[in-house]
Amino acid sequence: MNPTVSRVMKHRLFWPIVTLLALLVLNVAVYPSFFSIRLQDGHLFGSLVDILRNGAPTLLVALGMTLVIATRGIDLSVGAVVAISGALACSIIAGSADPNSPTTVLVAVGISITLALILGAWNGFLVSVIGVQPIIATLILMTAGRGLAMLITEGQIVTINSAPYKVIGGGYWLALPASIIIALGMFAVAAVLTRKTALGLLIESVGINPQASRIAGVRSRSIIWMVYIFSGLCAGIAGLMISSNVTAADANNAGLWIEMDAILAVVIGGTSLAGGRYSLGGTLIGAAIIQTLTTTVYTVGIAPEITLVFKALVVIVVCLLQSPALQTRLGSLRRKPTRRPVTTSTGGVLS
Amino acid sequence: MSIRTIDKPTAPRPRFDRPRGRFTLGSRYTPVLVTLVLLIAMWGVGATRYRGFLSVQMLLNLLIDNSFLLVLAVGMTFVILTGGIDLSVGSVVALSTMIAASLLRAGWPPLVVILIVLVVGSTLGMLVGLVIHYFEIQPFIATLAAMFLARGLCYVISLNSISITDPFFVDMAQTRIPLGPGLAITPSVIIAVIVVAIAFFVLHYTRTGRTVYGIGNGGQSALLMGLPVARTRVLVYVISGFCSGLGGVLFTFYTLSGYSLTAVGMELDAIAAVVIGGTLLTGGSGFILGSVLGVLVLGIIQTIISFEGTLSSWWTKIVIGALLLVFIVLQRLLTTVRR
Repeated sequence: MNPTVSRVMKHRLFWPIVTLLALLVLNVAVYPSFFSIRLQDGHLFGSLVDILRNGAPTLLVALGMTLVIATRGIDLSVGAVVAISGALACSIIAGSADPNSPTTVLVAVGISITLALILGAWNGFLVSVIGVQPIIATLILMTAGRGLAMLITEGQIVTINSAPYKVIGGGYWLALPASIIIALGMFAVAAVLTRKTALGLLIESVGINPQASRIAGVRSRSIIWMVYIFSGLCAGIAGLMISSNVTAADANNAGLWIEMDAILAVVIGGTSLAGGRYSLGGTLIGAAIIQTLTTTVYTVGIAPEITLVFKALVVIVVCLLQSPALQTRLGSLRRKPTRRPVTTSTGGVLS
Repeated sequence: MSIRTIDKPTAPRPRFDRPRGRFTLGSRYTPVLVTLVLLIAMWGVGATRYRGFLSVQMLLNLLIDNSFLLVLAVGMTFVILTGGIDLSVGSVVALSTMIAASLLRAGWPPLVVILIVLVVGSTLGMLVGLVIHYFEIQPFIATLAAMFLARGLCYVISLNSISITDPFFVDMAQTRIPLGPGLAITPSVIIAVIVVAIAFFVLHYTRTGRTVYGIGNGGQSALLMGLPVARTRVLVYVISGFCSGLGGVLFTFYTLSGYSLTAVGMELDAIAAVVIGGTLLTGGSGFILGSVLGVLVLGIIQTIISFEGTLSSWWTKIVIGALLLVFIVLQRLLTTVRR
């Protein structure tokens, strides 16, 4: 095979990108004007813009999730945090004298995000200080969190009418949806912080071997604590976006299954659930795939409720595609001299 | 993996011998005993506060209202004992109710319908188990995919709730088997108790049961000891899938309808029951009867909250979350003491 082609094919984002392109091509085939974007009232409109806007919360949550998974953890509580932060912000705004004043909105947003940070810190505390397995530690907040959100909204769906708050999830800046700018902004911050400083390296080392990295002098405890706080922050902002987009807080359904979408985005993006190497770019593409898949189901004209079946099939296929390849790749990384000949010899036998 | 390799030498050796009666703090009975004390205490508190709480029928009602959860917790116990987790149970329950309701509406005989539901549940479980074992995909992600798949298949069958009017199912829902003056249980309770009994026997008195504990204590060593690891690891997911199917059948006896959005989050209840029942999430230690106690604790929380009247139903979730926390921290402390 042509060496360039094989190098491109071996790139870990090759399959995710192919999947994304295939989905987009499918959309264009069914609906030729899929790519058309028009400018109206100074805002961009079109299917692609919709994908970006609706995908923003998933991207944000997946971003936090990537770093958590990189430390060999998982954060199941993001859906609950989404519900809590949306519920709190909407309750504060609904209870204030002037819902349209920017100060009220800023205070509400500030308080919600602070709470989201605290919830993230709580998860981090359980995982890093108490030493509970991440799945279980965050399961606690996943169960109790919905209850907390119901407590905040008193079981009601809180509807609000606040123009400044509406901007976060439904507004436009510079002709683009504000939500996607916020999400990409967070993405850029995370990318710069982890890839331009040693932070990313430390996160990966904690994920590869917490014990060894602690002995080598990495403060694994603070690193783990930090990624959960970051995940809480991302989920909190996503919660604001979701509640602002529908101008209501629904404690039961806001962010329902967003943790699944986020984990899928991370997995599809090529980050291993076993911790260690992670790819923020992969997560970006993964989130785009998830959202495009949802949109595709609409465009192709399948009942939207069946999206779940498609997501399940995509996950299964991607996991199966990745698993043997991942094994050999991990194998060749760890034991280069011994493993390589074994792989080629089996390959030879097979062919 | 590396953390496990470092931990291995200090980890407690797999104990296959029959438990001896020494109750130290590090004993593996401690979590179960704590749960038992908690259950009695909660019952006592309820009895002093509310009239009608102190009846035997109240306890039987706990079983009647939670028979499906009991069956789910049994399946989940097997999976968690091997160190895995099954997130698909809630969705499989929903899928079972949908399959049962739609086939019954189409006029299929009830026993065939039940058989089909059980086969579908077990098959799904087997596929998950095969994927987990042979593709080395984490149980968490494989069962997550199964969860999506089952939930999506529900929607494919129907978006609306389908009610069940089949006489056999209605009979199963309404029959009360008298146990004495003023005491009665449903057939579902009997089915659930039989499942618990079989599971107890399999887990504590057969080779398969020992292999389950062996895998939980360290898959590698179980493999080296010549235990059928592959078969057993797939088998626990088949058991869990079967239990989810059966739980779904019992759930339709309870609700007499099939609905796609039913049982959302039921997997969390099952996991919570198993954890509160004293099974270690890392696998290798725990008891079926502990999970039964866990289910009863969850049931009694719901009963107290409904007796209280002024408390809203969402307090249930918060209390269950808090209890989970207490028991998980307890588990951590106990495992530290044991080392």
